[in-house]
Amino acid sequence: MSEVKEIAEIPSFTVTLSIRRFDPEKSEEASWEEFQVEMHSTDRVLDALHKIKWEQDGSLTFRRSCAHGVCGSDAVRINGRNRLACKTLIKDLDINSTITVEPIKGLPVEKDLVVDMNPFYQAYKDINPFLLANDKPEKERLQSPEDRARYDDTTKCILCAACTTSCPVFWTDGQYFGPAAIVNAHRFIFDSRDEQADLRLDILNDKEGVWRCRTTFNCTEACPRGIEVTKAIAEVKQAILRGKP
Amino acid sequence: MTKVHHHEFDVVIVGAGGAGMRAAIEAGPHAKTAVISKLFPTRSHTGAAQGGMAAALANVEEDSWEWHTFDTVKGGDYLVDQDAAEILAKESVQAVIDLENMGLPFNRTPDGKIDQRRFGGHTRDHGKAPVRRSCYAADRTGHMILQTLYQTCVKLGIEFFNEFYVLDMVMTEVDGQEVPAAVVAYDLATGELHIVRGKSIVYATGGFGKIFKTTSNAHTLTGDGIGIIWRKGLPLEDMEFYQFHPTGLAGLGILLSEAARGEGGILRNAQGERFMERYAPTIKDLAPRDMVARAMANEVREGRGGGPNKDYVFLDLTHLEPAVIDAKLPDITEFARTYLGVEPYTEPVPVFPTAHYAMGGIPTNIKAEVLSDNDTVIPGLYAAGECACVSVHGANRLGTNSLLDINVFGKRAGIYAVEYAKTATLPPLPENAEADVVKLLEQVRSSTGDEKVAVLRRELQDTMDANAQVYRTEESLNEALNKITELRERYKNISIQDYGQRFNTDLLEAVELGFLLDLAEVLAYASRERRESRGGHFREDYLDRNDDKFMMHSMLYKEGEPTGEIGAGIRVGWKPVVITNYQPMERKY
Repeated sequence: MSEVKEIAEIPSFTVTLSIRRFDPEKSEEASWEEFQVEMHSTDRVLDALHKIKWEQDGSLTFRRSCAHGVCGSDAVRINGRNRLACKTLIKDLDINSTITVEPIKGLPVEKDLVVDMNPFYQAYKDINPFLLANDKPEKERLQSPEDRARYDDTTKCILCAACTTSCPVFWTDGQYFGPAAIVNAHRFIFDSRDEQADLRLDILNDKEGVWRCRTTFNCTEACPRGIEVTKAIAEVKQAILRGKP
Repeated sequence: MTKVHHHEFDVVIVGAGGAGMRAAIEAGPHAKTAVISKLFPTRSHTGAAQGGMAAALANVEEDSWEWHTFDTVKGGDYLVDQDAAEILAKESVQAVIDLENMGLPFNRTPDGKIDQRRFGGHTRDHGKAPVRRSCYAADRTGHMILQTLYQTCVKLGIEFFNEFYVLDMVMTEVDGQEVPAAVVAYDLATGELHIVRGKSIVYATGGFGKIFKTTSNAHTLTGDGIGIIWRKGLPLEDMEFYQFHPTGLAGLGILLSEAARGEGGILRNAQGERFMERYAPTIKDLAPRDMVARAMANEVREGRGGGPNKDYVFLDLTHLEPAVIDAKLPDITEFARTYLGVEPYTEPVPVFPTAHYAMGGIPTNIKAEVLSDNDTVIPGLYAAGECACVSVHGANRLGTNSLLDINVFGKRAGIYAVEYAKTATLPPLPENAEADVVKLLEQVRSSTGDEKVAVLRRELQDTMDANAQVYRTEESLNEALNKITELRERYKNISIQDYGQRFNTDLLEAVELGFLLDLAEVLAYASRERRESRGGHFREDYLDRNDDKFMMHSMLYKEGEPTGEIGAGIRVGWKPVVITNYQPMERKY
């Protein structure tokens, strides 16, 4: 066995979080509120939010579930970048400065870090996010490992909205399908078992479709699953130009 | 006054994880169906499952459903109902094909078939050697299942009530029998109540791992669904059997799939010894989870653990090709890098058992119908998935059998719920159906004591980790029960800070704690009453399995209110195990 890494005593430190608060039952205006919390180096931003909620202010409101980056509930904007709160370690941020946490941009804020995700889900539904095939196989369909690999990257999407709400085009034009919907379209367009690539390519050839993308790569950088989002969008653009996947 | 909305459906499904959505896919096309979930569907914890779904497809080597049945029964330490295990194994092949046909992107063999890999306790010909039975999609099989089921629900136009917390079920008498009439749900966005009536009601609410501190479970897994059933005076079965997954990231509990060992990963102690060779000489690291978890805990107890506190062991993947790790185990190796800063290509990963899965739950028969005692069916009430106990997992679930369970019995729940709804009439709704929920919420809102929900929850989780985990004794379980009794009293003196109507998660965390206290008590009490060791339930004061006295399912009932005495208001019954082909034998691997 190779060298075992000793995990030493976990150091603790105090950090300041500045959180964008909004509660329409109390005020029309959003405002920043600062909290100081003692954290350990293995703690995530989600742990800090919980610590504040559980020890200082129970009204602090945010979504979360799995707490290890697979359910997609807790996308927020941390120090101006879209991240999952449960996948961002405090120690990886500059702990000497105030850490800002605010809701993802471009979707209506409901309360504190909670946004209305319905416009995002609607864009996802609009690209027909399901296998469309008329064959009636009696057993499993066959698919070569090479064909399976063509859409592997885009199957990782957890619908957290980190990509779509990092996109400057989406911020100014809420009608734009946005990167996540295109990623989910890609997942079916390049699946050899699907028979309706044309339908989705038509939908994305719309004026609010892929051509709005300005390849700023914000989405790729924001994706907590490491999906090459901009590349997927480019592949959809090429498929539209070729007229087939 | 709380605003109350009314809805009527044929089939009402509570929970939008794998079992709930699989049921909805069967029910939706044939009956007016609603799915109510405290989360947006794809946030459900099915999505965190990693390794695979068992089915004897025999795509890569010889296999049979009969071998799968045997492995399931033996893995469950013979507490499995064998008629149910036969159905699970027989219907597994179609369940996988259903998913593939819906579009699930399984990994493929070179000739294009669904690929399969090894997993703990799954063997060729009754234990001769490990067999490749797990169908998988990298190490995100649960994610793929959840996405595929949701995609199919979107395709079918299934109606969802998302971020609605079901807090009560209303029962009514029809033809002299108690039947469910509706569920009462709290809409997180508005704080308003919704009474959702249905001819059939399906529970698919998942587990309750948050009674423990170290757990692979999501924050939202607080057992509300099972808790409601308990509060209605209906029984819970085999609650003492809780699975601790061997390989949680040390200190964090985040799951690292058994697929890591299926692909060749090895557990080692601080001396570098492959210690499983001593505990399970034939299948070593691929022994069932209860055995591996106990072996790990034992290594640590005997001083062979690693780290500054010698409190974990190591999962060694360093002998695997990085390309294999990237192709087959990308997510879990990423977890090790992100959360512990450990590079699995070159460094062994610190791991320790983590609370993972409830084998017990709401008793059902093989049609997913809920039982009100050992064999009486409650018309119109169904349960499937982790919240249910059918029982295919017995005293210890095999890896990959839970993704299978939700698909096989979720589908059955949907089919039989529709069949019932087709001839049933909507049960009458009792007056003031929302009264109990209004009262429950009002109690929490108006309570002005100085106890904090988060403090009580942490104390509960600490006592469960210390006293009801891998090793248990009469003394430790009494300590847990005493602590829970104390916490119940203190729970009456909580106060919350958010009194708003919109997105009030402060209020709901307080309500959820009530369910956690109930279920922790049931688990600890059932564990105390089972004075033997079997599967995931290990009693240091009763080391052996005792088939003469305990070859039975426990059935616990709530009778009356807690009084402050241990076990007050709990009655214990027992239910025979269904045996078809396999007589209990000693369990060796």
